[in-house]
Amino acid sequence: MPAEILIIPDIRADGSIDPTALELLSASRIIADGRTVAAFLPAEAATDDSEWRDLDLDAVYRVEHPRLLEDYRSGIYDVITHAATELVRRNGHQTVLLPKTDMGSIVGPRLAARLGGAHLADCVDLTLNNAGRIAATRPVHGGNALAIYEVEDDIPQTVEIRPGAFEPALSRNDRQPTIQDVTLSDHSPNTPRPELLEAVAEEVAGIPLEAAETVVAGGRGLGGPEPFEDLRTLCHTLNAALGASRAACDAGWLDHSHQVGLTGKKINPKTYITFGISGASQHMAGCSSARNIIAVNKDRSANIFAHSRFGVVGDWSKVLPAFMAACAELRDDD
Amino acid sequence: MLKIAVCAKQVPDTEIPASQFVVDEDSVAVIPPPGVQPIVNGFDMNAVETALRVRDEGTECEITVFSVGTGFVMDVMKKPLAIGADNLVLVDDPATEDLDATGTALALQAAINAEGGADLILCGRQASDWDQAHVPLILGELMELPTVTLIRSIDMVGPDELRLERVASDGYQVIATPMPALLTITNEAGEPRYANMRGIMAASRKQPKVYDLTGLRLTNLTQRLKMTRLFVPETESEVEIIQGEDDADSGRLLALQMHDEGLI
Repeated sequence: MPAEILIIPDIRADGSIDPTALELLSASRIIADGRTVAAFLPAEAATDDSEWRDLDLDAVYRVEHPRLLEDYRSGIYDVITHAATELVRRNGHQTVLLPKTDMGSIVGPRLAARLGGAHLADCVDLTLNNAGRIAATRPVHGGNALAIYEVEDDIPQTVEIRPGAFEPALSRNDRQPTIQDVTLSDHSPNTPRPELLEAVAEEVAGIPLEAAETVVAGGRGLGGPEPFEDLRTLCHTLNAALGASRAACDAGWLDHSHQVGLTGKKINPKTYITFGISGASQHMAGCSSARNIIAVNKDRSANIFAHSRFGVVGDWSKVLPAFMAACAELRDDD
Repeated sequence: MLKIAVCAKQVPDTEIPASQFVVDEDSVAVIPPPGVQPIVNGFDMNAVETALRVRDEGTECEITVFSVGTGFVMDVMKKPLAIGADNLVLVDDPATEDLDATGTALALQAAINAEGGADLILCGRQASDWDQAHVPLILGELMELPTVTLIRSIDMVGPDELRLERVASDGYQVIATPMPALLTITNEAGEPRYANMRGIMAASRKQPKVYDLTGLRLTNLTQRLKMTRLFVPETESEVEIIQGEDDADSGRLLALQMHDEGLI
């Protein structure tokens, strides 16, 4: 197999390497087939005391570029795309792994297009087929099915790894990767490009969904915005975060910052309590890591029950008040 | 006149219950449930709505919807026309079934160019069937356009400049971009408006312009990314249904049971 595998870790706002880098490493080992693994890192994130030294890497490309580091937070990622394309062309990397973060999901396809290659989106499993080529498994139709994609020729491939799908590789620092400093031309095309003017953080009231041990959520079955006030009260009782299905957010009943699902927040609580959510696969894609799903829905055939530990088939407007009262009592007793 | 191209895809209805979702593993294909109409991909309708709002804000626009596929249901594909888009252009060819994302992007590019190009290309953030989310990015690369994803609102601040709001994990970003540009639109942009009777009548009288791949000189597309297997993963359901004397009693028992199990 030609050339080493290149991983492009994401870089967090504080300049540190995103932990999904460890998942990229374990994914790359599956398909390495004797190939070595190198990382693309902005020089500022690859200082001598930074955590990349713990990564089980064969080589590190420390990329010097005046606007590279800030591009990781730009939402546009033109500089990363430019720099990665140049590095891959220079070195002839055949396989490039990126995390399915905002950065990776944009740089991956664009890099593949520039290299005349193919992009494997949202991979949850990887193997090598009989021809030694990558076979990538990914959820499709909102998670209703799994598909395996294979690349037909020996063209460059970008492989996008879904966070959480691969075990993080154990860190290892008993050998030091070789370090290559790379200086790239400034990417200043003659034509004007998109530019980030401002990043606005929106405060979400209550506990953030991604970090919550308990999440309470409502869906279209609730019929309007008012019941979400009850869910807020329940959240307060249970120290839970408030979530909603896309349908409920699109209807304007709750802000989109509460949306759980394939294109919303991905949650992994211990307990996920849902009212009036049918559990379309697009929704389940956002909560499949929840360890205990509880469903209240009037339709016994609703998909949510297939994923639930406990369920009540009934009218939420009757179930919820009694459930809330009982929860409040139990909390007082504890 | 601002030329807006909206890329739209016909997909299976996402509202069908999971139990009706069936695949044929031998032909590596989804079997559409009988009697259920497809839909225009929801995010693509958000993109149509976004284009209509640019017009509402006072910019003179020609809005053309482009779609690549086969087996189009005309009542479905005319929905964007019924709410105010001007034209519908279909690349209707059985061979599109075998296109990979690059092939689809090439077909969209060829059709948009055949119709005189566009100042602004809007795509849904992803299609609800294969969820790949990368045709727009490849199209942006092919056409060498500034490309910005996950847009919830567009503001025209000059003849060739847009101010965008882009959804981010902890809020939003304000981004300026020159035109021509390609944007992907997310559901936070807002739901598409309803069609009124006049719009539906006008749409029914309009005929789509139809191309095939040969007509666009796209006969040698190689499929390099191939789906080789498709299957529905088994889910084991062990749900315990809690049944009290009435719904309120069920709610109370549910809380007690969850408390016993240490879940609340």
